[in-house]
Amino acid sequence: MRNILLIFALIFSTSGMLLAQDHDHADHSDDATHQEESHEAHDDHEHGTAAHDEHSDHAEHGDHEHGHCFCDSGHAEEGFIVSETAFHHIGDANAFHVWGDLYIPLPCILYAPDHGWNVMMASKFDMGGHGNGALAIDRYVIVHGGVMRIEDESFPMGEVAIECIGHEIDEEGSEHPIVGYNGNCYQLESKSTLDQGVFGGGITSYYDFSITKNVFTMLLVFVLLLWMFTSVAKAYKKRRGQAPRGMQGLMEPVILFIQDEVAKPFLGAKYGRYLPFLLSIFFFILGLNLIGQVPFFPGSANVTGNLGVTFVLALFTFFVVNFSGNKHYWEHVFWMPGVPAWVKTILTPVEFLGLFIKPFTLMLRLFANITAGHIVIISFVGLIFIFGNSGESVGGSTVGVLASVPLTMFMMAIELLVAFIQAFVFTLLAASYIGAAIEEPHH
Amino acid sequence: MQSLFLADFTVIRPEPGLIFWTTVIFAIFWFLMSKLAFKPIAKALKERENDIQGSLDEAKKAREEMANLKSENEALLAQAQEERSNILKEAKAAKESIINEAKNKAKEEAKKIVTNAKAEIENQKKAAIIDLKNQIGNFALEIAEKVIDRELKSQSEHEQYVNDLVKDLDLN
Repeated sequence: MRNILLIFALIFSTSGMLLAQDHDHADHSDDATHQEESHEAHDDHEHGTAAHDEHSDHAEHGDHEHGHCFCDSGHAEEGFIVSETAFHHIGDANAFHVWGDLYIPLPCILYAPDHGWNVMMASKFDMGGHGNGALAIDRYVIVHGGVMRIEDESFPMGEVAIECIGHEIDEEGSEHPIVGYNGNCYQLESKSTLDQGVFGGGITSYYDFSITKNVFTMLLVFVLLLWMFTSVAKAYKKRRGQAPRGMQGLMEPVILFIQDEVAKPFLGAKYGRYLPFLLSIFFFILGLNLIGQVPFFPGSANVTGNLGVTFVLALFTFFVVNFSGNKHYWEHVFWMPGVPAWVKTILTPVEFLGLFIKPFTLMLRLFANITAGHIVIISFVGLIFIFGNSGESVGGSTVGVLASVPLTMFMMAIELLVAFIQAFVFTLLAASYIGAAIEEPHH
Repeated sequence: MQSLFLADFTVIRPEPGLIFWTTVIFAIFWFLMSKLAFKPIAKALKERENDIQGSLDEAKKAREEMANLKSENEALLAQAQEERSNILKEAKAAKESIINEAKNKAKEEAKKIVTNAKAEIENQKKAAIIDLKNQIGNFALEIAEKVIDRELKSQSEHEQYVNDLVKDLDLN
């Protein structure tokens, strides 16, 4: 534990670039009991903040004599698990991790069908080390900055101090997050997701409509872009007939690029109608991609690498395409002219599926590219901990730093490129799909 | 680890909350950006494009006009030059004709003068002849007088004398 923190100090002093993409989650494998025991020590050692003492106090409130939930019933693997760290970092959260144990709480808007709405700041959970909350509120708890809910309905409602947060391994060998309260272990469940269990999610007892890290980042990008572009628009009005300058000069080539290289070739004379949509989607994705590259607050959110977000963007494209579709387009989808009837029986299903496959690929491409980039960067940073044997070996971690820093910097450069390319590709393909839908017949 | 993969890979799970907020944020973003930024910008860019195209067209037109003007000037110059040479030619012709006329006149005048002179000479000649005739008459008379004066001394002398007189006359 100490060594891990030492390594962190080493990384921060070695490479400012790598900052908050990694942080303290290298010690995922730590169980809560361990935390209890070592909190005092590592508080003094590294952070020295008072927050932990509170946490520990809360933890001690519990009555250990009654039960034996130490939140340490086991862990799948000891040591640093890079995939866990990576998956945690690319995921969404209800608090914004800034530094060490400093989390910026975000508004939580939670809905449970059996309970109703809970609207509060994440700070109400009394977040301490690792973004774990010391309080359960109406059975909600916060674990690593993310809200979860205690499954057991016998758990008391209202604000309750919990003893510990940890993991438990079931018979199949998979891990479950648990909280200890009153000597008993309570299993936690994640928020509802719409994947029907295909990706390990599913409908649970509550829905999370919070302003999460991702939503916060989207709002930030929204405000930033709106401010930038309204000022550009104002500049065009104010400096009429003059050469572009400043922000206007910076944005104009990009706008003209989308207009002349994307909109005009694909949409022809009607490009003006779709240009605002294409520009909106381009700058929205680009802004989110770029802010996601920034490894510290207010960046680091993996918004465009979240399937839900790319799904919505693809859905908007789908609606724009199909609401613009003319007779010619639908004819080509459902009754391709000029081919024999038996070919039509094959073509029509294919074309019909194509309607959905096109936005589906948009959704998947953006998601996969951005997520992959983030995972690779975190994995490279993770080399330090793997080589350093989770802090056991300082020499190994030095080698890790030497290997990791150039690789990470290289990857970040690639990611910067990908941020532009993916925004461009999404816009380009959206334009081509719209173009196909509004194309006039030319026989 | 298999289950862990799915258990923690949350980004692939469509979360209704995130989907809801993304939809709301992007819809408002699209609307506001179109209204406040992209439409005015596209309009301004279009206007500027038209302005530039217009300016270029105007410049082209001006250039063409200039070329026209130049060729016009050249034509004018050529015309002036031609006119000048015409005028010169005419002047030359006029000069020549004047000279010729003058020459002719002079010739005529000279002829007239010569004719006049000839006539005068003729007249003078005639006058001289008349005068001569008169003088001869007078001489004859004088001789006759003298002959008469001497009165015929002898025949021979007489003859001698007449012959002398005639001789004298011939010498005149």
